[in-house]
Amino acid sequence: MSTEPEAVQAVRNLWWCGLSGRMIKAILVFNNHGKPRLSRFYQHFSEDMQQQIIRETFQLVSRRDENVCNFLEGGSLIGGSDYKLIYRHYATLYFLFCVDSSESELGILDLIQVFVETLDKCFENVCELDLIFHMDKVHCILQEVVMGGMVLETNMNEIVSQVEAQTKLEKAEAGFSAAPARAVSAVKNINLPEIPRNIKVSNLSPFV
Amino acid sequence: MALKIVKGSIDRMFDKNLQDLVRGIRNHKDDEAKYISQCIDEIKQELKQDNIAVKANAVIKLAYLQMVGYDISWAAFNIIEVMSSSKFTFKRIGYLAASQCFYEGTDVIMLTTNQIRKDLNSPNQYDTGVALTGLSCFVTPDLARDLANDIMTLMSHTKPYIRKKAVLIMYKVFLKYPESLRPAFPRLKEKLEDPDSGVQSAAVNVICELARRNPKNYLSLAPLFFKLMTSSTNNWVLIKIIKLFGALTPLEPRLGKKLIEPLTNLIHSTSAMSLLYECVNTVIAVLISLSSGMPNHSASIQLCVQKLRILIEDSDQNLKYLGLLAMSKILKTHPKSVQSHKDLILQCLDDKDESIRLRALDLLYGMVSKKNLMEIVKKLMIHVDKAEGTTYRDELLTKIIDICSQSNYQYITNFEWYISILVELTRLEGTRHGHLIAAQMLDVAIRVKAIRAFAVSQMAMLLDNAHLLAGNMQRNGICEVLYAAAWICGEFSEHLQEPNQTLEAMLKSKVTTLPGHIQAVYVQNAAKLYASILQQHEQAGDKKAAVEITQILIDKLPQFVQNADLEVQERASCILQLIKYIHKLQAKDIPVAEEVMALFTGELNPVAPKAQKKVPLPDGLDLDAWINDAPSESSSDDENTKKTIFHEEEQRSIRHRQPEMDEDELARRREVRKQEQANNPFYIKSSPSPQKNYQDASGVDHIPVVQIDLTVPLRVPGMPLSDQYLKLEEERRQQQRQDREKKKKKQKRDKKGKRRHDSLHTESDEDIAPVHQVDIITEEMPENALPSDDDDGKDPNDPYKALDIDLDNLKPLKKGRPLTDNEKLPVRMHRISEKKSPEIEAAPVEEKSKKPSKKAKKEKKDKEKRKSKEKGGKKHRKSYENPENEFAAPEEIIAPTLKGEAENEKPTEGSDLDFWLSKAPVQSKSQTESLKNEEASVIEEISETKEEEEAKSSKHKKKKHKKEKSKEEKKSQKKKRHSADDAPESVQNGSIDDELLPPMSSYFLLAESSFVKMTYDIQGNLQDGSQVVVSVIFENQSSGYLKSMDFNVLDSLNTKLIRPEGSSKHDGISVPFQLPPDVSNEARFVFIVESIVMPQKLKGTLTFIVKTDDGSSHEKLDFKLHFTCTSYMITTPCYSDAFSKLLESGELKMSAIKVDRISISFQLLLAKICFHHHFSVVERINSCASMYSRSIQGHHMCLLVKMGDNSISVDGKCSDSTLLGNLLDELKQTLTESC
Repeated sequence: MSTEPEAVQAVRNLWWCGLSGRMIKAILVFNNHGKPRLSRFYQHFSEDMQQQIIRETFQLVSRRDENVCNFLEGGSLIGGSDYKLIYRHYATLYFLFCVDSSESELGILDLIQVFVETLDKCFENVCELDLIFHMDKVHCILQEVVMGGMVLETNMNEIVSQVEAQTKLEKAEAGFSAAPARAVSAVKNINLPEIPRNIKVSNLSPFV
Repeated sequence: MALKIVKGSIDRMFDKNLQDLVRGIRNHKDDEAKYISQCIDEIKQELKQDNIAVKANAVIKLAYLQMVGYDISWAAFNIIEVMSSSKFTFKRIGYLAASQCFYEGTDVIMLTTNQIRKDLNSPNQYDTGVALTGLSCFVTPDLARDLANDIMTLMSHTKPYIRKKAVLIMYKVFLKYPESLRPAFPRLKEKLEDPDSGVQSAAVNVICELARRNPKNYLSLAPLFFKLMTSSTNNWVLIKIIKLFGALTPLEPRLGKKLIEPLTNLIHSTSAMSLLYECVNTVIAVLISLSSGMPNHSASIQLCVQKLRILIEDSDQNLKYLGLLAMSKILKTHPKSVQSHKDLILQCLDDKDESIRLRALDLLYGMVSKKNLMEIVKKLMIHVDKAEGTTYRDELLTKIIDICSQSNYQYITNFEWYISILVELTRLEGTRHGHLIAAQMLDVAIRVKAIRAFAVSQMAMLLDNAHLLAGNMQRNGICEVLYAAAWICGEFSEHLQEPNQTLEAMLKSKVTTLPGHIQAVYVQNAAKLYASILQQHEQAGDKKAAVEITQILIDKLPQFVQNADLEVQERASCILQLIKYIHKLQAKDIPVAEEVMALFTGELNPVAPKAQKKVPLPDGLDLDAWINDAPSESSSDDENTKKTIFHEEEQRSIRHRQPEMDEDELARRREVRKQEQANNPFYIKSSPSPQKNYQDASGVDHIPVVQIDLTVPLRVPGMPLSDQYLKLEEERRQQQRQDREKKKKKQKRDKKGKRRHDSLHTESDEDIAPVHQVDIITEEMPENALPSDDDDGKDPNDPYKALDIDLDNLKPLKKGRPLTDNEKLPVRMHRISEKKSPEIEAAPVEEKSKKPSKKAKKEKKDKEKRKSKEKGGKKHRKSYENPENEFAAPEEIIAPTLKGEAENEKPTEGSDLDFWLSKAPVQSKSQTESLKNEEASVIEEISETKEEEEAKSSKHKKKKHKKEKSKEEKKSQKKKRHSADDAPESVQNGSIDDELLPPMSSYFLLAESSFVKMTYDIQGNLQDGSQVVVSVIFENQSSGYLKSMDFNVLDSLNTKLIRPEGSSKHDGISVPFQLPPDVSNEARFVFIVESIVMPQKLKGTLTFIVKTDDGSSHEKLDFKLHFTCTSYMITTPCYSDAFSKLLESGELKMSAIKVDRISISFQLLLAKICFHHHFSVVERINSCASMYSRSIQGHHMCLLVKMGDNSISVDGKCSDSTLLGNLLDELKQTLTESC
């Protein structure tokens, strides 16, 4: 797995991580099998490195029981001692933030909750499939919560209203010309495989 | 045309969109890679088309593939194309893809600058928003430089949505382009008080992040943050601020003191766990920073520890984790408080959650004592056995070694136990910390002489069982232990019980599979071992055995000679030749043992790793100087001469060295050194060698108490020896205890009276005597080693260093280091060049200033506290001296208004902070200066507002009629006067001659903007000794109508604005009138003052609405109210006989000042003192006058003013020396200014 150049790169990246000014370094969403559903790195990693990080964090997170704490140290690829992995597990999905010590641990846990609740509101009972097929929209929502590694907004209503305003704008732009495409895609979407819907947002209570 | 579009969209219908791609990938699970490469080909085709919609579709698919792990940087240019689409839908896709894959190394990124600028200035807020978001992910130094100005403009955008994003992205801009910090900071600071909470929170976020890296530059913001902390309801913001305070308190202990109370209140009251946790964290940080200064915060610590215990006991694992995390911070400074919760922490060691166990492990470090070390380590050893993951097991291993070796093995009472623990740890397979164990073994064996025999026997056992370890050959693996084992057995071979067997073990063929550096040690130590065996045999006269042992080596060594490792090869062949030679000698029956032993004589002492670095440079030694004469420039008689020079030099040096090697000389020097060491208190003497101990020591101390049959455990590798020690240790302690009891009983019999005291005996650490009388040799350090330990310098590559920028006084129109021309943000020069930011334009032209710091010398008490501040001050001065800040503009050019205004603002932020922090206001250094400012502004005001004043009230008119007032009014002194209205009259009291006095005003400028001008006067209230009345004249300077004026100040502990009942201390008082254009009016505000002996300043804000024909705007004006000591004085008449009685009473403290170069008349001078400082003249004789005044709190103040040639001296007497000193300073300032 780890050939020499990769290892060298890992070391270099590590070095770089220690220096870059990112409070949230990465936001990852993957499912119970480690398939990435959303990845947003707030600093540059090569695509290979990104996949390696996703794999590593998945391994770290997936072997943990339920009912253990949501904080994790020891990710060797992403970040050094100053960084922590903070995650939440909802049904089939893991939502994971890699943050440095300037962020409040409980605050980030809460932010994950806000993010997921927002997804739930925007997609109306969000499920893994929504994330799979609408990656662009999920990114759009995330951009209203976190910007460049810094927390932008924590008020869910504000986030939702901004996202909706943008969706409206897009619909207005699409107008007539997009109608046929939408019809076709509606037809294509009829036979989606059954995947558990609803990732049960309400099962964790916020701290703040 | 329309048809073409419709056709295009119909074509597009059958292109794969993102959903199709995802579905396709899901349907091709078996040949995913092939399918995706197909798709990428399709995408490449799509990207070649002109239709932007098709391109966008292709790009969003690429963004998905990027997430799955495909490199899409080849499409960077197409992404930029999509970014530049005019439609928001596509633009967003473009920016999304860009933020996923662009970084500083992307070469096409420089093409985006103009596009991004266009989007930033787009009328559609979402275009701007999407551009900001994208930029935040891939901003480069170039982009930051080019766009900083645009982003800064956006910080004042009308939409909070944009402001919020613009504020946040500034942090990224600062990081990439540090030069932008200074110009942008004032506006950023402004955003801390933005009406929109989102923007506010973003600003807090950015400033906190900046401050976290360079806290000292942000100390001056502490009052502002404090205000936010007490007013904000957003927990997210609160957490950030509290975290920030945690970073600031180490720099300013007084801040900590101020914080403790509100924080503990928050801890008591909040229900939000996240907030509670951060509060506890900050209190801890505060207490840590305070612990040096004032140790008496045990209550707060106790509160924190209690709250943390609640967190740790919580069923929520997250809280448990965080509780432990915070606990470890307390541990560093207050280990005692944490130790009382040992039970809880040990319990957490058994938690099923690894994160929690790791945190608990961190805490163990501080939990151990001599008493419980063995017990805790035993527990950890059980965990080691159970641990499934190697990471956790390795962590355990390092922790065990850490806690045992901490503070020079302080807690280890039995080293045999420790060695056996180390041996047990060697059973760990797959660990990466073999070298750690090895280092410990070596360290203990070398430094604890008494343990060597035991250590050697254990190491011999390890060598015998080397095959157990040989499975793991990686470097740093457990085989590293053999390195230590071989070395110890060789070096201390005299303790070996069966040296032959060990030697054979060292020469096994299996050894050649070990890493090279270990084999090298094996070879070398085999030789040492051989030497000692040889000696034994020769002494015993067993020649046959001696030859045999030589033969074994000759047989076995060749396997090392062919080793791949050079080091091993070299050593092996060297030693092999040597042994062969010995073999020859043995054949001739020549005894060789002595000579062979001589190869390895001498003892190795441990040397501290930093020893070399710590050798101080002797005086007079210049390492850069030439040792010989520098080679002559004229090298005409070149190489030949040089050669001879070198040759001779060499010979000489040999000659020199020889006497040094002389035995006697060496011995003598050793003696001298020992003597020095004996006299040097810092040198910890090594113990005499153990052999000697056994011979010399007659006591039982050096004989191990525990006799263990070593052979039994040694033959059974892997048996946990340490458990036995634990048991034995307990027995031993039991024994000791009993012994003590017996002794005590004896004592008790002697002194029967005091039995009760001793009956409750608890075993303390000191009572436990170690098994061995162990001397731990300290690592050798050079003599006169420098004790400093700050070897870890700061990382020179730290990007935050660039942001370490002095931000104090960085406000428009502020003295200090103002923005200079080259600090402007770059602006695109064509077309929009005039669109500079207002801050930059407002950057004032000010003169360089140096502050008189004589006051600082006076205040010895405060000095220490303010040390840190003083440093800051020095830095300021340094920055003043920076040539780029020197201004060509001479003082005269400065417009009087600007001067007045600028000087009014002069007091540094530092003194504001002092003021804010101190209960009793610290006398600010710049106080004298500000007085000067006021004077200046008064003069200015006089010239400007003469007419207005006349209209305002009668009081100013009076001074114009002085001539008419006659001398007989002198008698009117009896009249009680307690308001400024009478002040001019009191001037009259002293006026003997009919000199015309210039107009004077007691109203000083408070603040001024284009809308409103405020002037103020402060008068004491004699009826109530704690109240002063501030009269403020508001003058409308705009063409609009001013209404809803709200006057508010930030209270200090000493001075508080009296507000109407029911309003909180943050509410302002509404001014009871509105102002039409060009109208002024006066309002009075009452303040309560506790201590009046020192001057102080209060910060405040006036908010108001300006209503013009075009509409109305909300404006504000900041000001600083200066409460001088003068303002607490009340003009009180005094008879001369009462005055002399007062002086005679002897209760008054005395002080004096002298002012040179006085050019005004004595009459005017007295008038000034009377008017500005509220004095009345008691008596005047020629050029000498006595004056009197009283403070609102009844301090008597007497002055004797004498006029000399061009100079004036003032002697003052007052019941409070501080008040007197301050008042005289103010007086001096007035006099100096007026001349």
